[in-house]
Amino acid sequence: MNLTLKIWRQKGPQEKGKMVDYKVSDISEHMSFLEMMDVLNEQLVNSGEEPVAFDHDCREGICGMCSLHINGEAHGPDRGITTCQLHMRMFKDGETITIEPWRAKAFPVIKDLVVDRTAFERIQQAGGYISVNTSGNTQDANAIPISKHAADEAMDAAACIGCGACVASCKNSSAMLFVGAKVSQFALLPQGQVEAVDRVKNMVAQMDLEGFGNCTNTGACEVECPKEISLENIARMNRELVKASLIKF
Amino acid sequence: MSGFFNSSIGRKYAMALSAFFLIIFLVIHLAVNITSLFSEDLFNQLSHFMGTNPLIQFAMQPVLIFGVVFHFIMGFVLELKNKGSRNVKYAKNNGSANSTWMSRNMIYSGLVILAFIVLHFIDFWIPELNTKYVQGDMSGMLAGEEGFRYFEELQHKFVEPWRVGAYIVAFILLALHLLHGFTSAFQSVGATMGRKKTMKNIGKAYSILIPLGFIVIALFHHFNH
Repeated sequence: MNLTLKIWRQKGPQEKGKMVDYKVSDISEHMSFLEMMDVLNEQLVNSGEEPVAFDHDCREGICGMCSLHINGEAHGPDRGITTCQLHMRMFKDGETITIEPWRAKAFPVIKDLVVDRTAFERIQQAGGYISVNTSGNTQDANAIPISKHAADEAMDAAACIGCGACVASCKNSSAMLFVGAKVSQFALLPQGQVEAVDRVKNMVAQMDLEGFGNCTNTGACEVECPKEISLENIARMNRELVKASLIKF
Repeated sequence: MSGFFNSSIGRKYAMALSAFFLIIFLVIHLAVNITSLFSEDLFNQLSHFMGTNPLIQFAMQPVLIFGVVFHFIMGFVLELKNKGSRNVKYAKNNGSANSTWMSRNMIYSGLVILAFIVLHFIDFWIPELNTKYVQGDMSGMLAGEEGFRYFEELQHKFVEPWRVGAYIVAFILLALHLLHGFTSAFQSVGATMGRKKTMKNIGKAYSILIPLGFIVIALFHHFNH
């Protein structure tokens, strides 16, 4: 395949960026999107140019590092996948592909296609945990009875890899699918009840502080999420916050 | 709870609660207006009751005005905040791949509805206030005392084609606004039922039938005066 790539290039956080056109040829349709980016970067290095910076790590769809807004969609046109799982067969020979970083005020660009997603980590630190005694007397989690339904739903919420596709896809740059999933995975389990009130209040407060927008229920996040996290998690977070606000003013 | 309503989710709630209120109001408004299609007398009596009952005039009406104004102001505040959350726009954004046109353009359908409400207030509400509270005529009678004035006034308003056209456009936009807003309000208050198929169908039926009812009324009086 021969392709034209329109890629956002930005030298640093304070620099002005712009879209730059590149040509790549002889791309196999069996390659992943990131492998295609590797081919481009090899080409750039060989010609003495600066390679395109982009995030990646596991390349098997579980780490949440790869991002990229491809042809107007987070992780490209396929569903339920990350960019490393996107195959070049999803594109046509001769196509022009637009590649941009996640765009959100709370995700500032560090370089080229790499954005700073530590806002997510600060939200997690605000309440996305449970306190467990780890001194050697830890109770076996399997000793606590949990219904199959709750366990399944909690597991589905916990599948969130924190990649930020929800924020990138949302017209409001809202992080509510991410926070909803993180609140839900604990809210559904008995272990999460102890800190439930503070968790949702603190995580929502941190989310607002980071400058993410407000959810208007377009559902774009759910469609673009590589782990297909359900909007139900946002509804659950909303319920949890009302409950917490009534318990603790 | 003051902290709650200052949070992003609290504002979502407030938006949804005012939406529920307006959804119920639309049903009442249509129920009254639809009587004008088959009974001049019933329409006159209902209008006179709504226009002179102290509970409706001095308790319900201010709540309604507050609900409308609140929904609009909050809508603008949230839109501005949300626009500011993305300081650099995408060069290419394929919104239709993952969401409906209605859900992405609530602010525009809302603005058309706001413009319509201004026209509607100038047409009916302000003259009504003027007659009742400035001139002090609470009788609801025509100048010659030959009967109630409400039906006559309604028919008179729909003589001009431009106004009928404006009403139709506004109600189509209202339908689009409701097609997202109805189920969205349930999701905002955390009610899972908004995502169930039955509720989605009720939402669709409501969003189409209510505005259609108002359009039919406007057209009926345009062609039958």
